[in-house]
Amino acid sequence: MKVVRALVLTGYGLNCDYETGYALETAGAHSRRVHINELIKGDRIGSREVLEDYHILVFDGGFSWGDDHGAGVLLANRLRFTIGDQIERFIADGKLIIGICNGFQALVNLGLLPGFDGDYHSRKVALTGNDCGNFRDDWVHLQTAETRSFFATGIDRIELPIRHGEGKFFAEEGVLKRLFDEKLVVFQYADPDGAPAQGRFPLNPNGSLRDIAGICDPTGRILGMMPHPEAFNHITNHPDWTRKKEELKRRGSSLSEEGGGIKIFRNAVEYVTGMLL
Amino acid sequence: MTQRLEIALQPGLFDAEGAAVKAQARDYFGIAVESVRVVHIITIDAPLDSRQREEVRSLFTNPVSQQSSFDSLPLEFDWAIWVGYRPGVRDTAGSTAAEAIEDFLKKRFADGEACYTSTLYCLSGKALTRDQVSLIARESLANELVQQWEIFDRSQHELREAAGVRVPKVVLQHTPAVTTIPISSDEALLAVSDERNLALNPRDIPTIREYFLRPAVREERLQRGLDLPTDVELEYIAQARSDHCSHNTFRGLFRYQDLASGHEEIVDNLFKTCIQEPTLEIQRKKPWVVSVLWDNAGVGRFDDRHYYTITGETHNSPSNMEAYGGALTGIVGVYRDPIGTGLGSKLIFGMYGFCVGPRDYRGELKPHLHPRRLLDGVITGVKDGGNKSGIPTPFGNLFFHESYLGKCLVFVTAVGIMPARVGDRPTETKATTKGDLIVMTGGRVGKDGIHGVTASSEVFSESTPAGHVQIGDPYTQKKMHDFLMEARDEGLIAFITDNGGGGLSSSIGESSLISNGCEVHLDRVPLKYAGLDPWEIWISESQERMTVAIKPEHEERFMEMSRKHDVESTVIGTYTDSGKIHILFDGKDCASVNTDLLRSDFPQWEFDAVWISPEMRGLTEPFLREPEDHASLLRDLLARPNIASKEWIVRQYDHEVQGGSVIKPLVGKERDIPSDAAVVRPVLTSLRGLAATQAVNPSYSEIDTYHMTASTIDEAVRRLVAVGVGLDDIAGVDNFCWPSIQYDPVSNPDGRYKAAQLVRANWALRDCCLAYGIPLLSGKDSMYIDGNLKGRYGETHRISGLPTLQFTATGMVEDVRRCVTLDAKVPGDLVYLMGVTRNELGGSEYYDRFGYVGLNVPKVAPAEVIPWYRALHQALREELAASCHGIYRGGMGVHLAFVAMGGCVGLEIDLGLVPTDGVDTNDRILYSETVGRFIVTIAPANKARFETLCADVPHACIGEVIPAESLHIRGVEGRSIMEASIADLKHAWKKRFGALV
Repeated sequence: MKVVRALVLTGYGLNCDYETGYALETAGAHSRRVHINELIKGDRIGSREVLEDYHILVFDGGFSWGDDHGAGVLLANRLRFTIGDQIERFIADGKLIIGICNGFQALVNLGLLPGFDGDYHSRKVALTGNDCGNFRDDWVHLQTAETRSFFATGIDRIELPIRHGEGKFFAEEGVLKRLFDEKLVVFQYADPDGAPAQGRFPLNPNGSLRDIAGICDPTGRILGMMPHPEAFNHITNHPDWTRKKEELKRRGSSLSEEGGGIKIFRNAVEYVTGMLL
Repeated sequence: MTQRLEIALQPGLFDAEGAAVKAQARDYFGIAVESVRVVHIITIDAPLDSRQREEVRSLFTNPVSQQSSFDSLPLEFDWAIWVGYRPGVRDTAGSTAAEAIEDFLKKRFADGEACYTSTLYCLSGKALTRDQVSLIARESLANELVQQWEIFDRSQHELREAAGVRVPKVVLQHTPAVTTIPISSDEALLAVSDERNLALNPRDIPTIREYFLRPAVREERLQRGLDLPTDVELEYIAQARSDHCSHNTFRGLFRYQDLASGHEEIVDNLFKTCIQEPTLEIQRKKPWVVSVLWDNAGVGRFDDRHYYTITGETHNSPSNMEAYGGALTGIVGVYRDPIGTGLGSKLIFGMYGFCVGPRDYRGELKPHLHPRRLLDGVITGVKDGGNKSGIPTPFGNLFFHESYLGKCLVFVTAVGIMPARVGDRPTETKATTKGDLIVMTGGRVGKDGIHGVTASSEVFSESTPAGHVQIGDPYTQKKMHDFLMEARDEGLIAFITDNGGGGLSSSIGESSLISNGCEVHLDRVPLKYAGLDPWEIWISESQERMTVAIKPEHEERFMEMSRKHDVESTVIGTYTDSGKIHILFDGKDCASVNTDLLRSDFPQWEFDAVWISPEMRGLTEPFLREPEDHASLLRDLLARPNIASKEWIVRQYDHEVQGGSVIKPLVGKERDIPSDAAVVRPVLTSLRGLAATQAVNPSYSEIDTYHMTASTIDEAVRRLVAVGVGLDDIAGVDNFCWPSIQYDPVSNPDGRYKAAQLVRANWALRDCCLAYGIPLLSGKDSMYIDGNLKGRYGETHRISGLPTLQFTATGMVEDVRRCVTLDAKVPGDLVYLMGVTRNELGGSEYYDRFGYVGLNVPKVAPAEVIPWYRALHQALREELAASCHGIYRGGMGVHLAFVAMGGCVGLEIDLGLVPTDGVDTNDRILYSETVGRFIVTIAPANKARFETLCADVPHACIGEVIPAESLHIRGVEGRSIMEASIADLKHAWKKRFGALV
């Protein structure tokens, strides 16, 4: 049987590796946590550990290198000068890359996003300090933008947690325009009804320009987002689940078990199944 | 060859960091600053050519949002404040900058080359004075214990370039040496103890002298080239014997006397009689209690394949001096305990508790740090410690009281999980055996933290050395954590323990008792900088280090894995069975102490404990007639600091990393009401949950510490029951923080009373744990929560903190899908009150509103309430309740408001229906803090079954959930006494701290 293989990075302060792996498994992938240095070395206890053996590469959340010099900057630096060419080949092979939170920060610092015109080197957008001036953990409402990415297929609105100090999406006006024109914006912060947050705190938790919470590259195969889909892996992760359960019960119904975030990973798995296997 | 790179946001971009400085200047000092721009400086103390400089600049500069230069950035300012670390202070950002440059330029830094980080704050404001700017620098931006700063005005534009060029490099012009200590008399040794800040107890001194003067010992020592005790040996003994490590107070002998009854008794060893024996008795009945009372953390069974580990610590003295560094070091430090428990456990969450002076304190006393600044610091310390470790912080406490001006309390709790077996080895056991290699892994050793343990065993004063203040490094520790978990899973770890208080002397000293000896080569220990004396290496508390025993055949694999994780590990010695702690430096003996010295022989500490009953102290109930304006009263109570919303703290803490969050710290429709307990799903493939909560009620100590302790434990139990935990697998952690109980007619005249308070608290701990069947998986005591503070005229006051117990409780949830939150869910649901309300307002929030203490403190009768809790648990198991909430500080009035505010619904309540005993006025029913009570809402359809289950529980349906968002309360006389809008209540509850981020 053919399997979808996903690689989740670990080490150097990354910390969402277990739950990201679990979310991928729940979505049907075979997932493996691989230390950054194993991937760089291409070796895991004397056996091969190389990127090309995988279909999905996940830059998961955390505080890589402590994040003191701009979130994701040093992780991007380490990878660019070691396996940068392998990553480019990975992209050229039509495979998928997901960056979540710190991983999103790393992707924009690597230049993999937004990747205008297939330029995977230039830094065009930045994720800077939250306008509120502090780290913030809260759940947000996301509205799927008009996007070319399949990651959001079947998702109109979704609630996910954000947990970051540097999540303010920033780019020059021309870049912002291009992102929308080319349908590269995937998710935007919104109110519970899906209307744009329009910068209102805490609906837009960090002051992101145009409420941008996640973007993709022109192929749609590279996704970066600040909210954490892996942290909504089960319905009991949702902040309101006890209320929803009670309301459904009164209507003779019950909660479905799966967390809303799994859908994003399932879209990735289904893409791989359809296109790469 | 020193170069400084300035990095700032591009002009025009909002500088959130600068805005925070501006806001703090306004809010804290009333100083109007027009704007603040922040410049981050990386000082590179290594040669770079011009091409390398440009590469490094591009590395650290985001071209989209930042500007940078090796010259001064063209930033306008009226004043500039430069803040950098003092030499030897941990600068993690500096280390990672060096690592990145090495990566980028593919070159290694030479010895002594390094990077340092500092910050320049450019303030605009024509009217600002130097004094104002100094105030901002000193009281908001820098702490002189760990940082240095300089101030420039606009005319000194060039001078600022100098800032950050001077590197805070540690250079010790010192040749390491071992010195011997005279022990000719007790007085001579005591003098050395004072001079070297050893804090030896005078009682221990004869024992120490007797050992070194013993002929057999002397003969053996002479053979090794040793004679008089060395500084290595005495520093080691002082560390090991400090109250912090040995818990001499809890193991002391108490002559207890009750002045009212005349009753006298000798209490020999509180630890043994009130903690150890009850816990062992419970362990015999409860097989899920896996390992208690000996390891770094206690171990309980989570499920058939997993154990959870838990411990709690305090880090009061360091936090009192340097709030951020102290709290950060505290939480990162306690996280090493589960790592060092059994064969090692992975951290799954942490919790915090802060007890500080009033945030708006304006009194005459001059604490080292104003409570507001101190609180900001400890909050941020725990934030960085948890968030950067990837460990969620889903629960915490904050309690304000003036008595904590003397010393703040910072409680930190750590919970981990480990497989029940690694291969065929049970993970809860570990041992060192002869021939095992001693490996130090993690950070390096410097001068930091020397005498930390002994300093916390002393009362804080202006002469307390600041050398024990340090800054934890969660990044380094996270790498080490990941490494050690992998090493454990491969079976490479024979024994593991952390380096905390006492450093290597403590970790190796204690672990050597198992194999019965060790040989340690201190010159092999990797240092941050040269020039440390052997005794300093031996007792340094430099953080982020573990001591691991590995079999020689595993050395290669262990070291390979260590390199992969970029963690430094070094073999520094061997475990032996020689009966000696044997220390060498450069091949020469510098210590040889019998392992049995510290196991025995020391005299027990003794205390007089005199209990003066509340009545004898003149406490009475106040004469207080019922208020007329109940709605205003409730709003004002909700706005009081110990009740008001602390959402600003909770939201700074990542409380859901690891993906298993079930009950969050804030719940309800608007996700803003503090939950009774946190529940997580630590094994993502399982629906089993681990619940945890904490309670602290020091205000009851003003009446009777027995009841303070009992009600605190009961509160923790009810908090767990409220989310769905059953009584049979609740475990506890006791964290005592007590003022000095050593009587002194001048400096501590009420020491005997404080000692009696401690005895009574322990009796309650014993009684409640036995009654509820709660084993104490772990616990710690921190004595000496006193401070000597200057007053208005330069006089000094001793301020003793209220006797405080933070009780942490954990419990199991069989199926997280049955967990319950406190918020009312559906209009039309019935509101039940479980339990009996008594006239118990002593120490309550209500009395405190008027400055009363009162006399009738809440009392716990476990035998009475346990069946109630069991009945309620059954109801929750059957999913009959839509919401469930315990009644804690503030009483029923405050907690009804929480239930309503959580659901954004109204409640219609009839106080005449509340089951009461000896209380009949509305204010007393609303604000009594009687234990044992819950507010439960249920669907009308569940009424019959719920009432059947609660047949033997005093309970009543006291009202209904209503759609109108109003709390409507009818008094005992049948007339309406309150009609308060939920939005107004919530506004009142949030306004005090609502603007904080």
